[in-house]
Amino acid sequence: MLAGPEIFVFSMACAILVIDLFLPARWRALCYWLAQLTLIGAALLTFKTMTGASVLTFNHMFVADNLSVLLKLAGYVLTVFVFVYSRDYLQERGIFRSEYFVLGLLGLVGTMVMASASHFLTLYLGLELMSLSLYAMIAFQRDSVVATEAAMKYFVLGAIASGMLLYGMSMLYGATGSLEIAAVARALTKISPNDVILIFGLVFVIAGTAFKLGAVPFHMWVPDVYHGAPTAVTLYVGSVPKLASFALIARLLVGGLEPLAGSWQTMLMILAVLSIAIGNIIAIAQDNIKRMLAYSSISHMGFFLLGILSASPNGYSASLFYILVYAVMSLGAFGMIILLSRSGFEAERLEDFKGLNQRSPWHAFLMLLLMLSMAGVPPTAGFYAKLLVIQSIMKVNLIPLAVAAVLLAVIGAYYYLRVIKLMYFDDATERSPIQARWDMRLLLSFNALLLVGILPWVGTLMEVCRRAIQNLA
Amino acid sequence: MIPLSHYLILGAILFSLSVVGIFLNRKNLVILLMAIELMLLAVNLNFIAFSHYLGDSAGQVFVFFILTVAAAESAIGLAILVVVFRNRQSINVEDLSSLKG
Repeated sequence: MLAGPEIFVFSMACAILVIDLFLPARWRALCYWLAQLTLIGAALLTFKTMTGASVLTFNHMFVADNLSVLLKLAGYVLTVFVFVYSRDYLQERGIFRSEYFVLGLLGLVGTMVMASASHFLTLYLGLELMSLSLYAMIAFQRDSVVATEAAMKYFVLGAIASGMLLYGMSMLYGATGSLEIAAVARALTKISPNDVILIFGLVFVIAGTAFKLGAVPFHMWVPDVYHGAPTAVTLYVGSVPKLASFALIARLLVGGLEPLAGSWQTMLMILAVLSIAIGNIIAIAQDNIKRMLAYSSISHMGFFLLGILSASPNGYSASLFYILVYAVMSLGAFGMIILLSRSGFEAERLEDFKGLNQRSPWHAFLMLLLMLSMAGVPPTAGFYAKLLVIQSIMKVNLIPLAVAAVLLAVIGAYYYLRVIKLMYFDDATERSPIQARWDMRLLLSFNALLLVGILPWVGTLMEVCRRAIQNLA
Repeated sequence: MIPLSHYLILGAILFSLSVVGIFLNRKNLVILLMAIELMLLAVNLNFIAFSHYLGDSAGQVFVFFILTVAAAESAIGLAILVVVFRNRQSINVEDLSSLKG
């Protein structure tokens, strides 16, 4: 049962949808608990598929290896956190419906399918399952003007991205004669890497992937979606699909197109530098924290690409490490916005963080950890993530690129530190106490402390990442 | 027999038409959805042409999946379009401008 976890989560999502029909409104929380149970069950099933080797099934369309297990487990943990954080938020806004959890689970199934894809078809279907769930989730607050606008924008740009990716895939299919990723990689060693159709296909595949990642110049949707979507949805959009982006790049570029690394390295280099620069610089001008975090996510995607473009196993594992740490940081930061929001009030402006230290020193401290980690200040996990990707490009002698990345990261530190300054040195305009459920407080504290608490185990986590990518390519 | 390149050129023309349709269209969201459909059809044409010339049926099977997903995609797109219209009483692309910065 290698695809057991996917089948289980998918069936449970359908079951929750049907069960919800027959539930009276006051029992709605049952759907929430069922969704959480599903994730725990899926984690147990995933542990069972863990063999350490790379096993193919479904006519070589589906692969179970260390990478897929790691990404799936990370996906479950992130989704559990997302559901816990968003529970109160949804209830206060009258959108606590089972659809949120069902779409969340289906999006996760899409991510899982991508993590296990070894064929263009499974990769595409996983991507679409995830994207379609996200479009619906963003438009989920139906009476919100900004949310529906964000959904429309995301839908149009996401559809273009899928179209480009598919167009690229059709070219690669034509050039290599196969849709199976391993067979494509084998065929590529026999044909010249300067084949026109091949390069044409590669350009489109990279453009489609960059769209999905939100890398400059394909980033237009990121700020609008992060800003417009209800924060509970932004929380999801900012964490779980990042794992899917890694899966897409790892399976397609690393697993399939590594013989063309010379060509995609240059393209990714442009994307990475532009993303880090434009993301960090425009973020400074934002006064909405969700928009600011959106631009910060663009710059983080740039850093993530640095590891990939080094085209070395070291770099791939550094990127995997980066994406895992980023997902945890983004989860914590949006969790904090949810914590400060209450019904009828969204704490999405930077001023809403003013004097947080006076209102709740503990939460100000957690936000401090999150911001320092995002800026990449030692001794946080964010620092190690940046260090590892930069080390990996130094090893392949891309020193100017590494220097540029470090300088731009320093510029980026400004807007994270501004949040800290607002929290500690400004007077609070808003004095109401912070209210939240105990489980959310506990998990949010755990989430932020993890970024420092993980330090003794950074080496272990690196080793896990290294093992995860070793049977790739 | 029609050479492969003819199909590829037709596919490329359809694909560029749809991209132009998406980026130049400033009036109507429905036209955007049509352009997206056209884009996927251009891809399908490519896949079928390659599949035929390679003598490999996998490409044609892929097309079935793309068609199915495209149907689901336009269903979601139209659903979002309806909500947008309810909130703004307009489906003009230029009116989608409350998110900026």
